[in-house]
Amino acid sequence: MIYRRAPEHGAADAVLHPVVVVGAGPVGLSLAIDLAQRGQRVLLLDSDHRLSTGSRAICFAKRTLEIWDRLGVGDAMVTKGVSWNVGRVFFGAAPLYQFDLLPEPGHERPAFINLQQFHAERHLVERAAALPNLDLRWDNHVSGLAVHDDHVELTLSTPDGPYTLRAGHLVACDGSRSTLRGLLGLETQGRVFHDRFLIADVHIEGELFPDGRAERWFWFDPPFHRGQSVLLHRQPDGQWRVDFQLGWDADPELEKRADRITPRVQALLRQGFGREVPFQLVWASVYTFACQRMASFRHGRVLFAGDAAHGVSPFGARGANSGVQDAENLAWKLAAVLRGDAPDALLDSYAREREAAADENLLHSTRSTDFITPKSEISRLFRDAVLQLAARHAFARQLVNSGRLSLPATLHASPLNTPDVDVFAGALCPGAPAADAPLRDAGRDTWLLRELGPGFTLLVFGDAPAWAVDATLLAVDGRTLVDVQGHAARRYDARPGTAYLLRPDGHVAARWRAPQAAQVAAAMTRALARS
Amino acid sequence: MIESRLDRPDDFYEALLESHRGLTSEQSHAFNARLILILANEVGRLDTLKAALAAAREGLDAP
Repeated sequence: MIYRRAPEHGAADAVLHPVVVVGAGPVGLSLAIDLAQRGQRVLLLDSDHRLSTGSRAICFAKRTLEIWDRLGVGDAMVTKGVSWNVGRVFFGAAPLYQFDLLPEPGHERPAFINLQQFHAERHLVERAAALPNLDLRWDNHVSGLAVHDDHVELTLSTPDGPYTLRAGHLVACDGSRSTLRGLLGLETQGRVFHDRFLIADVHIEGELFPDGRAERWFWFDPPFHRGQSVLLHRQPDGQWRVDFQLGWDADPELEKRADRITPRVQALLRQGFGREVPFQLVWASVYTFACQRMASFRHGRVLFAGDAAHGVSPFGARGANSGVQDAENLAWKLAAVLRGDAPDALLDSYAREREAAADENLLHSTRSTDFITPKSEISRLFRDAVLQLAARHAFARQLVNSGRLSLPATLHASPLNTPDVDVFAGALCPGAPAADAPLRDAGRDTWLLRELGPGFTLLVFGDAPAWAVDATLLAVDGRTLVDVQGHAARRYDARPGTAYLLRPDGHVAARWRAPQAAQVAAAMTRALARS
Repeated sequence: MIESRLDRPDDFYEALLESHRGLTSEQSHAFNARLILILANEVGRLDTLKAALAAAREGLDAP
């Protein structure tokens, strides 16, 4: 990543940029790319000139991949990543049960891929570089911030010294220790958990899992790490991620040392897989975490997204994945406001929708953490009873919580939703993210999500309406676009005439059995916060 | 094999532990005893309750 002197250096007046995004991690990059693809001029700033070090976030969910497909990087991510759907849970040395996160066919993307964060960032940086209206500046550290009625003035520290610029809107994607949050004197609030975890990325020659399959393996109280939990993930390039629970009393400096980590990994390989496998330690970190969020994700012209706005435990892969959903929720709204297609109030809906999503993530994450790290004698008693019963009884397996893995939020209470007037079955209520399904278009195989337009889409089952609609029209009519396996009709509970209005981020805005033009127009008005 | 009948397992589990919050160990025992008796009354049928007692006992006796 190469630092370049900014053209604003030494300028007499601060230049106004319509949108400035701070933080070139997965969230800031996704947001900046999305805005640029929507025709906006975007400035993306990062405080250093490196991709993330170590693998950090590794589990990217189906929904994130679908968003990245729209941003033109999904194929690269999936090709490089390790796709997986199955998780296996052990209690002691014995397998307890397994779960499949995507048990039905007819989806383009898997439940998850594992991919080191720096690989994900590299693909996003390459995509960003191909967009002429996206200006990515490295080594631009925000050192001052002044909020005015019609803009935000930023002071940036660079290797060439400081300069100032103005932002029409400023989005903070600068991580859990957000500089912008600090400069504005804002806080995150929530629970800090008294436990420590060691993550170690190790390189192993050859195979660990039977048949070379990729799965998430989680042990409660394994013989090689008594009294604690261990999580194992396969990554690309022969790397494996091991997460050892250490307990609150562990010394983080001591536990980071290779001579402490090596015997832990050796014991895992020897007792978990019955093998002496040579390995190299690639990267390690000892961490604690908190489940917390900012009270509001919008402060006038400054918006917060990703870890800057909310933090969760890693069990459930809800950090980066929820951050990328923040980015996609904000991108189309900011673009609509900047184009003058929607009022400023649309940005309030970003905060409302993503605060509710953060609460859902925090709830799941907190519950997982309470199960993995029981915080009282009685919670440990119940936890162990659940694990003992789960070996034999299906009901107890539903209570075992080794992490409830990231699913996209359904925006139930959003003011942008038009409530149902017709009767529908299934999960795709207003606020839900659109489901994928295989389609065939004149002999060409495609996917429903690939066919959505960049703006609003009216998805119609059967013949397209005769009236004009201010949206991409996607008619699954059985002639040009065919629902080859019937998955689309099943997932959307569709009959001839059924129509779904999908927002630019693919969430359902409204649905009808046989809509009239005025209903669709009213739903779109509402989804743009114009009413 | 006892199949699941809980409609919202995670919500139930959180509510269960929340009910114990602030209780001493002795009080928690008393709470559990009361809860078992109340739930037994909900179940009603003796054959189902005996099957549950056997499932709960399993693995607790010394081999």
